[in-house]
Amino acid sequence: MNTIVIELLVNNHPGVMSHITGLIMRRACNIEGILCGTVGDGNTSRIYLLMKDDWRIPRIVRQLKNLYDVIEVVPRDDCDTAVFDRIPELIGTGVISPV
Amino acid sequence: MKMTGAELITRLLERQGINKIIGIPGSSNLPLYSALAESAISYVLARHEQGAGFIAQGIARSTGRPAVCFTTSGPGATNAITAIADAKLDSVPIIVITGQVATGMMGTDAFQEVDTYGLTIPITKHNFLVRTPDELLKIIPEAFTLAMSGRPGPVVIDIPRDVQTSMVEFDMYPAPGEKNNGMHPDMDRLERIAQKINSSRKPILYIGGGIISSDTCAGLYALSKRNSIPVTSSLMGLGAFPSDNPLFSGMLGMHGARYTNYILDEADLLVALGVRFDDRATGKAMEFAPNASVIHIDIDQAEIDKIRETDLNLIGDLRHSIKELVHLVEENRREDWMGYIASMKKEFPYPEPQSDSLFHPVNLLRAIHSRADKKSIVTTDVGQHQMWTAQYYPFNHPRTLLTSGGLGTMGFGLPTAIGAAIANPDRRIICISGDGSFLMNIQELATLKDLEPDLTVFIMNNNSLGLVRQQQELFFGKKYVSSLFGSNPDFAGIAEKFGIRGINLELENDPMRAIERSLGETGPCVVNVPVSLDDNVFPMVPPGSANREMIG
Repeated sequence: MNTIVIELLVNNHPGVMSHITGLIMRRACNIEGILCGTVGDGNTSRIYLLMKDDWRIPRIVRQLKNLYDVIEVVPRDDCDTAVFDRIPELIGTGVISPV
Repeated sequence: MKMTGAELITRLLERQGINKIIGIPGSSNLPLYSALAESAISYVLARHEQGAGFIAQGIARSTGRPAVCFTTSGPGATNAITAIADAKLDSVPIIVITGQVATGMMGTDAFQEVDTYGLTIPITKHNFLVRTPDELLKIIPEAFTLAMSGRPGPVVIDIPRDVQTSMVEFDMYPAPGEKNNGMHPDMDRLERIAQKINSSRKPILYIGGGIISSDTCAGLYALSKRNSIPVTSSLMGLGAFPSDNPLFSGMLGMHGARYTNYILDEADLLVALGVRFDDRATGKAMEFAPNASVIHIDIDQAEIDKIRETDLNLIGDLRHSIKELVHLVEENRREDWMGYIASMKKEFPYPEPQSDSLFHPVNLLRAIHSRADKKSIVTTDVGQHQMWTAQYYPFNHPRTLLTSGGLGTMGFGLPTAIGAAIANPDRRIICISGDGSFLMNIQELATLKDLEPDLTVFIMNNNSLGLVRQQQELFFGKKYVSSLFGSNPDFAGIAEKFGIRGINLELENDPMRAIERSLGETGPCVVNVPVSLDDNVFPMVPPGSANREMIG
């Protein structure tokens, strides 16, 4: 699978994640992985979305730019996406076993 | 200063210049309504929140300025959703303030609780959930700025009941939200666009609602005239360019004139201004204007290259861009191209009605137009009557046709007409409707009676969902499933029972005189006009086909 990471800088406040994931979900796209955390004084957050790279990505990026709480969007194909496979390990081994 | 959240909301709305609120009270917005009693703002009580949303739209669409409506939580908010979604698709600046259950109750499935914030995410330009009353100082002005700036659109502000009742203390009022000035255009790109126009042989303009919302009609006229570029329009662009001008080349798309769609096939340069290449306009997008390079100017960057890859584009305010572009294009008379346009118009016009009966929709529309004051504003519902109006009623001024283009909402016509009447008390408002559509917000006849504006409704009554029936006839083997009404009310009689003048045109000895009276006498009037079930809207491009494949 050809993947791409969409990096976003957003206002850190309730509902922002819902706006972003909703926009993507409504275009029948799946998000393969999400990493998110606050930056600096906590007023903003950085979000990394791991997605399948296809023709819809440029359109989604343009539409994400229109969201009020999105400050910046950069699609990146230069990322090491291995981190998305290691989230439980990085957090401390997951307690929920895969089915 | 110290006041309740509800008082602060009304003060901030007053400071935005709002003088009328449309809405319906309920338990979650009663504090807000109570504050209205102490305010200079007057209210209009609608009879359904969808009606309230469309009345607000009527104000906003006819003036270009944001309008506000109030609903309560739960069903109040869900009822308004159709009107909000409609405003999103047609880029109409309305601000919907919904009451919400108290913050402590949220998430408990409280009485009349619904996740208004979550429900309205995909149908608003932006939405806010106010958590504390001091946030109102920022959110209310910001909502106005957002609704008006860039590509306009609806904003929802969800305000829990306790935020309305608790006290807030502050030093000074925030500045009212204003429209952000549009960006100045990239001159280098504009010069390249001008070169492309200058070197083209058969350029054509494809214009839409963006011309009207950016107030670019004068600039468009100058551009079209100077370089002799014919103008084709989407449904939303009608009125932006005088329809009787030789440069006007009609409405394109599914129910556009044959000549318009043929001319677009012939063009070598498509200059798309304030449009979004909607499928009803372009038909099969790959085969739209197949021989043309595409220039697209729009304020919304997300519209560029969305449907059709552009050769050259410019993101920015059309008013500034076109003003500059006019000086960059050469004067050109394009005699060959103009001659071709004129001959196509003559050869492939809209079909003429087979009969001269006043009860044929086309003749009826011409009769209405001939008797209506030229400053009148026309609203439509959705269906055959809407397309006939777009085809045959000449619109020569912006904001004189208010119609649901993107969402195609039946029930739009009456409440939107009421809103237009509120904002334009000196003008006659004409609502062209169908029997199917009119029933969908018929309760607003009560609001109409409350206000008694000069508003005339014409119902083209064919006892069916006409455009559905037409599609079943053409594309579904004449299987008329669920499109013919088993019964229909006496619309003139219903109007009378609401206290409004009702006319049954078929019972009039002099129907033409009755139309004249309905448009001339003060106050509202509902005119029922029986029309034949067999009259179809032509031409018609089958859904999914290229625009050249027109039926009829």
